[in-house]
Amino acid sequence: MGAGLLYDATQCIGCEACAEACKQENALPQPIEKVTTAYTWTTVTPRAGTYVRSLCMHCLEPTCVSVCPVGALRKTAEGPVVYDAGKCIGCRYCIMACPFDVPKYQWDRAVPVVGKCVMCADKVAKGEPTACAAACPTGATLFGERDALLAEARARIRGNPGQYVDHVYGAEEAGGTSVLMVSGVPFEELGLRTSLPRQPLPLLTWQVLSKVPDFVALAGAFLYGISWITRRRDDVATREARR
Amino acid sequence: MSPARRKGARPGFWAWIGGLLLVPLIGVTVLRFTRGLGATTNLSDRFPWGLWIGFDVLCGVGLAAGAFTLTSVVHLFNLRRFEPIVRPTVLTAFLGYGFVIVALMFDLGQPWRIWHALVFWNPHSVMFEVAWCVMLYTTVLALELSPVVFERFRLAGPRRALRAVYTPLVIAGVILSTLHQSSLGSLYLIVPSKLHPLWYSPLLPFLFYVSAIGAGLGMVILESYLSGRSFGRRLELALLEPLGRAMAVVLGVYGVLRLLALRRGGALPELLTPGYESGMFALEFCLAVLLPVGLLCVPRVRASERGLVAAAFLAVLGFVVGRLNVAVTGMERAAGVRYLPSWMELAVSVGLVAVGFAVFALAARHLPIFPEAASDEPDEPEAGETARAFSESVPA
Repeated sequence: MGAGLLYDATQCIGCEACAEACKQENALPQPIEKVTTAYTWTTVTPRAGTYVRSLCMHCLEPTCVSVCPVGALRKTAEGPVVYDAGKCIGCRYCIMACPFDVPKYQWDRAVPVVGKCVMCADKVAKGEPTACAAACPTGATLFGERDALLAEARARIRGNPGQYVDHVYGAEEAGGTSVLMVSGVPFEELGLRTSLPRQPLPLLTWQVLSKVPDFVALAGAFLYGISWITRRRDDVATREARR
Repeated sequence: MSPARRKGARPGFWAWIGGLLLVPLIGVTVLRFTRGLGATTNLSDRFPWGLWIGFDVLCGVGLAAGAFTLTSVVHLFNLRRFEPIVRPTVLTAFLGYGFVIVALMFDLGQPWRIWHALVFWNPHSVMFEVAWCVMLYTTVLALELSPVVFERFRLAGPRRALRAVYTPLVIAGVILSTLHQSSLGSLYLIVPSKLHPLWYSPLLPFLFYVSAIGAGLGMVILESYLSGRSFGRRLELALLEPLGRAMAVVLGVYGVLRLLALRRGGALPELLTPGYESGMFALEFCLAVLLPVGLLCVPRVRASERGLVAAAFLAVLGFVVGRLNVAVTGMERAAGVRYLPSWMELAVSVGLVAVGFAVFALAARHLPIFPEAASDEPDEPEAGETARAFSESVPA
C-alpha cells in the first residue's frame, strides 16, 4: 500500500517545525500562513485545546486524480499524490471536488498553478522520510509504511483508551488515505469532515462514466432505426400517393 | 428586400445598450489576463467555481438543448412541420456553445492550454468527457448550420455533400448532447459531502438532462418571440403551441423526478425547515416547474402568445436559478462562505450574452436563417428546407 504518515495530535506541541521544513524542502515563499494555501502546504493550528495539522491526506483512491481532465494529478506507487503543473489547465475541479479541501490555487497570479502537499515524493521515492516527519521534534508526525502506521495508531488507541478518541482518521474515510490521524478530541472539533463515505468517491462518477460506450452504441442503433422507419414510411406514402 | 431585413437594419435602443456593455467587458478582459482570477473575481480556495461555471457554462449548455431536441424531432422522427424553426434554434445553440467556450477562456486558469484535454487523456474524469462532447458537438452544430452559409454563397457542391451525411450528423448530435447535458450533472456526483442534500442526488445526471430539454424548449419559444418582435413577424403559434405542450410534459416529468430524488435522498424534511436553502429551492421549483406547468395546463393560456411566452420565460428563469442553486447555493454551507459574483464577473457574463445577441441579429439579417429571408434566394427553390437529408429520394 506504500508509504504514509501518522499524525498524533496528542504528541504535537505546535512548534511548526514541520511547516517550516515543508517551506524549505519545496522552496515555498514565506511566511507560514494561518490556513493552507498554494504557498503553504501544511499548517499547525491550535484548536479545541490541542493542535491539528493540515496537509494532503494522499487518498488511496484520490478524488483529485479521478476528476482532473488532463491527468495532471497522479497517485504514485510509493504513496504520494503528485501534481504536474505543466499539464494543468486551471479548471479547479480538483479544488472543488477534494473531500478534504486540500488543493489550493494561486489566485494572485496571471499564470497560476495548483499548490498542494506532495508528501515529498522525490524523497519518498528514494526511501527517505518526508521533510515534515524528519523535522518533527516529538514524533507527532511519523513516516513509514501505511500498514505499519495503521497498526501503530490502533495500538496507541488500545494502549491508552482514555487519551485517544477511538478512531483512526483516514483508515476508511473516502476509501482510506495514506495519511492517518489520531487525536484526543473528536475529529469534527478539529475541523475535519467526519461524514465522508467509506467508499472511494471516484466510484460515484465512474458508475456513470463507465456506461458511456454502451450508451453510444445502443443510442446510435436506436436513433438510426427510428430514422430508417420514418424515412421508409415517407417513401411508401409518396409512392402510394403517386399511384 | 424582405420586410425582415429592412426593419432590422436600423440600430435601435438595444444596439446602444449592447455597445455600452462592451466597454466594461473589454476592460475586465484586460484585467483578468494581466492580474489573474483573484483580482477580478470573488472566487477563492473555499469557493473555486462561481458565476462563470454556474451561469455561463451550466446554463449556456443547458439552454442550447433545444437544438438537439428539435433536430431529432424534425430529422429523425420526421415531424417536418417544425422545420421552419430549426435554423434559428440551431443558430441559438451554436452561439450558446460559443458563449460557453469563450466564458471558459475567462474561467480557466491557463486557457491557452485548453488543447491539453485532447492530448492528455483521463477517461475517469467527467470534465474530460464534457470537454470532448462540447468540442465535438460544437463541430456538429457548425455543420448543421453550414447549409445557411452554403445557400447564401450558392455553393451547391458542399450542400449536397452535407445532405448525404445529415442523418448521421443529427444522430451524433443527439448522442453527444445526451452525454454532456447529463454529465454536467455528473460533475457534482463526486461531492456528496459538499453539495446540500436538497440538490445532491444520484439522479443528478438525469435531472440535468430532463431539465435541459424542458428549458431548451422554453428557449425555442422565447427566441421565436424575440426574433419575431425584432423582425416584425408574428409568432408561429401553430408551431409553438405544441412545443409549449411538450415543454409542460417534460417539466412535469422533471418535477416528479426531482421530488422522487429528494425522497430517495431523505431530504424531504429539509424542505420543511425554513431557511436560505429551502427558500432557494422553493423559488427554483416554483419558477422551473409549478408556474410554467400550471400556466400551460390552461388551454386558453397555452393558445395565446402572451401565455406561451410567459410560461417559457418562467421555465428558462427557473432553469437558471436551478443551475445556480447547484453551483452556488448548494455548495455554500459546506464551503463555510457565501459567494456573490464580483461586478467584473457579472460584466463578463452580461457582456458575452450581449455579444451573442448581436451576432444572432447580424446572422439573422445577412443569412437565410428565417423562412422569409431564405425565400429571398430565387435560384434555390428548396431553400429553407435545406438539410433535408432525404429530399433527393422523395420525388417532389
